[in-house]
Amino acid sequence: MNGNSRRILLYGGIGVLALAAPWLMTAYRTQLAFLWVMILLALTWDLVGGQMGYASFGNIVFFGVGMYSTAVIQRNLHYGLEEYAHVAGRVESLSSGEYLTGLGLGMAVGAVAAVVIALILGICILAMGMRGPYFGICTLGLGVAAGEIASGWEYVGAGSGMVTPVFPEGLGERAIFFYFIFFFLTVVTFITLRRLYAGRFGLVINAIRDDEDKAEAMGIRTTRYKITAWCVSAFFLSLTGGAAGHLIGFIDPTEVAFAGPTFGVWMILMAILGGKGTLWGPVIGAVIFHVTQEVFWTYLFGWQRVALGAFIVAIVVFFPQGLMGWAQDRWPERFGHWVEEKALADTPGGEGA
Amino acid sequence: MNDIQLSVEGVSKRFGGVVANDKITLNVPRGRIVGLIGPNGSGKTTLFNSIVGYHPIDEGSIRFEEHEISRKRVVEIARLGMIRTFQQTHIYGKMTCMENMKVSVPRNGAGVARMFARFSPDVVEKSESLLEFVGLYPKRYLLAGDLSFGQQKLLEFAMALMNEPKMLLLDEPTAGINPTLINGLMERLQRANADLGITLFVIEHNMRVIMNLAETIYCLAHGELLSFGTPEEIQQDQTVIDAYLGAH
Repeated sequence: MNGNSRRILLYGGIGVLALAAPWLMTAYRTQLAFLWVMILLALTWDLVGGQMGYASFGNIVFFGVGMYSTAVIQRNLHYGLEEYAHVAGRVESLSSGEYLTGLGLGMAVGAVAAVVIALILGICILAMGMRGPYFGICTLGLGVAAGEIASGWEYVGAGSGMVTPVFPEGLGERAIFFYFIFFFLTVVTFITLRRLYAGRFGLVINAIRDDEDKAEAMGIRTTRYKITAWCVSAFFLSLTGGAAGHLIGFIDPTEVAFAGPTFGVWMILMAILGGKGTLWGPVIGAVIFHVTQEVFWTYLFGWQRVALGAFIVAIVVFFPQGLMGWAQDRWPERFGHWVEEKALADTPGGEGA
Repeated sequence: MNDIQLSVEGVSKRFGGVVANDKITLNVPRGRIVGLIGPNGSGKTTLFNSIVGYHPIDEGSIRFEEHEISRKRVVEIARLGMIRTFQQTHIYGKMTCMENMKVSVPRNGAGVARMFARFSPDVVEKSESLLEFVGLYPKRYLLAGDLSFGQQKLLEFAMALMNEPKMLLLDEPTAGINPTLINGLMERLQRANADLGITLFVIEHNMRVIMNLAETIYCLAHGELLSFGTPEEIQQDQTVIDAYLGAH
């Protein structure tokens, strides 16, 4: 009861704060929208990299696929291919309705495309039995390859990338619009993951992380679970990418869409900083990381990359388990890991086996 | 005795030039407790690994109930109802004991709907009662990795029971367990066999345990089947004594 009311207070507090934030910090609306993007990146990475223990360096592929799919659908729905280059940047080129239809349909198609790609990659990589570092190296190549393909493909603008349509005036302020899209997406993702982790699916992917041989010896069809987990991750990541492309407005194949060295690495770092394999870890990690990064950018300009690098080293050295992992080691009872002393006294030989 | 549940016929397994199993033939009747003994390196664990599909065998046939399983994979064999435990404990260390139990429900996640399902109260109840059975109930919310080695073995045994197997292959169930608890574990093994009807096939080095537990014992040495019989026959078999004491 007490725990329940505390939980309602926590979620309610975060909800109110999140709804008010764009008006509390009016100068930081775009950064706030990106905060939700960061949380989404960390959450979706952690599903596979943390909860399942398959550190993927290629999840950025799904982000980029969502981004490109949404942009392409938006374009094809409203323009001819040749016409597009000239009108995309023109003011008032799309009405609110057209813009929303393109965005919504594009994100949906992008999500389906990402799931299909995750399924195919999963069958190629996971069903082949790639584990641990081998899986990591395989996926590392994916992001690079995707960036190269996009850079050379005329249909999606090749190396010069794509420009998304100008944000229609009828929809209000661009940053606020996307702030709430990402807020909503984060809430849906968080609730979905929370539900998945509480059931059979969550326990099975945890079991795969802890001892995959044992899971197989117990009759668990691990490959199915692994591929499904990757598909779920790809689904939400692609939705994030689809909207993020429209927020950024310009889709560069390697700097924005398949941005391995930035988003691709950050999603891993944020999950590790907060505590991989925990529900809240990626959220906390993303908030700390994003705020720190913005602070470095503002106050240490010129040295911001160095400071960020030093920060990353410090994370890995001092919090290898992440903040949540560290807290769990420190106060195990608060996370529900306790011994029932009364029952222990009743059980002969319960101790010292 | 005619109801043979597991039959191993002429199974050989080589690792490079080393013959780990050489034309082993043995039978495990349904509902019984069968022992497998032999000096270190005699091929006991290799035989277990061959049976459960951990590696392919070079020749021979393995039948479990009506299935030929020598070409099947680990997961599929486990789903037929044959579960093995490991010599070194294999548990899910970063999960609580209860989670270890809940994830071990049989034929886990057949379809997509079952994959995403919640756990029913029955599963929780059964997990708790089995943890009670092995004496780990008070520690059910501890991380399995924080248990002692002996407790992890008990947990692994409880997890195997949770899976409702028809046959359990136990690789040295009492190794590393406090001697005062061995009697308790033996009693639990016998109860699992008698009450739940689970066939047990046990590798064991502790002679007192295996002689009291098993009805039939097979003895391996240098990858070959040396002898088999009742515990009394095995104890009096000169070839077995020689194998253990190193006479050749």
